[in-house]
Amino acid sequence: MNLFEYQGKKLYERYSIPTPSSFFIKNLEDLNNHKSFIFPLVVKAQVQVGGRGKAGGIKLVTSLDELKNAVNEILGMDIKGHKVESLLIEEASTILKEYYISFTLDRSAKKYLMLLSAKGGMDIEEVAEKNPEDLIKVYISPSQGLSEDTVTDAINDAKLDPEFKNELKDIILKLYHLFIAGDCDLVEVNPLAITNNGVLALDSKISLDMNAEYRHEEFSTFEAEIPIPEAEAFAKSKGLNFIKLDGSVGIIGNGAGLVMSTLDVVSEHGGEAANFLDIGGGAKAETVTSALEVLESDSNVKSVLINIFGGITRCDLVADGIIEATKGKLLKWPIIVRLDGTNAKEGLEILRNHENEKIIISESMDDAAKLAVTESQ
Amino acid sequence: MSIFIDKNTRVVVQGLTGREGQFHALRNRDYGTQVVAGTRPGKGGEDVQGIPIFNSVEEAVKATGANTAMTFVPPAFAKDAVLEAAIAGCELIVCITEGIPAKDEAEMYDILKHTTNAKLLGPNCPGLISPGKSNVGIMPHEITKEGTVGVVSRSGTLTYQAVHELTKLEIGQSTCIGIGGDPVPGMSFIDVLTAFEDDEQTNAIVMIGEIGGSAEEEAAEFIKHNISKPVVSYIAGVTAPPGKKMGHAGAIVSGNKGTAKAKIEALTEAGVKVVKNPTQIGTAIKDVI
Repeated sequence: MNLFEYQGKKLYERYSIPTPSSFFIKNLEDLNNHKSFIFPLVVKAQVQVGGRGKAGGIKLVTSLDELKNAVNEILGMDIKGHKVESLLIEEASTILKEYYISFTLDRSAKKYLMLLSAKGGMDIEEVAEKNPEDLIKVYISPSQGLSEDTVTDAINDAKLDPEFKNELKDIILKLYHLFIAGDCDLVEVNPLAITNNGVLALDSKISLDMNAEYRHEEFSTFEAEIPIPEAEAFAKSKGLNFIKLDGSVGIIGNGAGLVMSTLDVVSEHGGEAANFLDIGGGAKAETVTSALEVLESDSNVKSVLINIFGGITRCDLVADGIIEATKGKLLKWPIIVRLDGTNAKEGLEILRNHENEKIIISESMDDAAKLAVTESQ
Repeated sequence: MSIFIDKNTRVVVQGLTGREGQFHALRNRDYGTQVVAGTRPGKGGEDVQGIPIFNSVEEAVKATGANTAMTFVPPAFAKDAVLEAAIAGCELIVCITEGIPAKDEAEMYDILKHTTNAKLLGPNCPGLISPGKSNVGIMPHEITKEGTVGVVSRSGTLTYQAVHELTKLEIGQSTCIGIGGDPVPGMSFIDVLTAFEDDEQTNAIVMIGEIGGSAEEEAAEFIKHNISKPVVSYIAGVTAPPGKKMGHAGAIVSGNKGTAKAKIEALTEAGVKVVKNPTQIGTAIKDVI
């Protein structure tokens, strides 16, 4: 789960990572909660997309009037399709030098990777491409961790300002601690800056590993603050993995791989999926009923393809769910059902015994996809 | 022969008393797998339908000669369970558990690699089956058939789909393995491909991948130089929109790395027959054997 900058900065505070003092607002009135301001301040749009500075989403202000104007201007702004709903107002710093640092997992090396560069404040992918020698890569053994000496060497190798090496070492080790103890998939600071107020983490890009939610109370608080579309929120509350797409063939399947593959096969036959919806393993009848409910809320859907290969999932329960969801209803679209694997015979029997001309049984994944595409056109 | 498991495999089930653990352990036993022990701290001395329960894997190994662990314990305890099985001397650990934090997986992998010879399959995988010999995991054995095609996959249900396509055409399998879709899997495609190459029973390989990571690209490079047996592949996620995370922790597309296109190109270049649709796997294998 990707965090907003202001959420990441809450984590900075918790892990004692130096960052400018700041506050968060959702509208102009929120400014009234603050008695006085020490200018200059920076007004920063809270959006999960890069390039907000260039798009006008970051403004330096030196008076209350300028602050109010900036708040009015930036709130509601559209930045690359993201509407600005909130702002972070931050103490401005005089930046002397801008560095880049990140921690992530390198999946092919099966180790953690620290990237460090003296060329911060810009697109790091560009640096990696044009001046790879300016980007220091340090692989970290997950069982041994990051030592102080390794950090010192990296600071030297990256040619960061030696005058600040102790402060830099301190903040880098704290960021690593946040990455590990905070169960982050990514901690990226760009820029990590040397300022008139010392070394500060000026920005934050943090992604959380939601598998670790059980050991972090704050994860669910952060999650609740991140807006998601209504249909996705509903699906989530029912334990379904749902992503809205733009096509007209509604897709329900079990297992991420099989569902992705179903999307592909639909596309191969000239159709376009309306969504990705994975009911997961061991789904009950209610799960399938909820899945169909989710699709009902999408007016783009013209046909529905249910593609199940039972392993842990039992096809008879899937069939029960389909019957339950469609009983006594005038269906808006045809449902093409393909069942294989555990209890497929029983499942198909249930569907056949419950005649409904809108429910069409298909023998194979390929035929089912073809039919669903035809019905959607 | 088959790879990693056979008739001599003796399984200890970690978390045998849980709902999933019990259901699948009994199913595996019914299939003919030697399920010799289970563990559950505090319940040593009891049994689950004749399978003795021990307090630790060490005790279970001593008493029953178990050489393979199958892990069903909840995510919060999975890392410790896997390490316990390795220290107790299990040669193969099949971790079914889904939802383990990435940090635990990375640490677990690192410790196993540096301190033991144990092989880890998973986590978040369906396990493996050598049809006619042994089933260690949650794969539906009804769709399998003993034969000569090795199947390896990152996705559970897609593995079933592939096996189904083969069996439908009367093509049997030597071993079917799901390596799991998590960020830090134990065994990789390369480990499994190596074993298939060395296995006398296997004469062709099906490899099923998906978007995200670079495991397929690495496998392609490996196949080019080290695999003489024909390989048929399918990659899921060709139409997945970039930047969306579709379920598997592993299946994240970022930039142009890990896209289906990149993987398909790498595999094709390595001489692998890549099919566009999982229902074509059976006929593609038929063409090469």
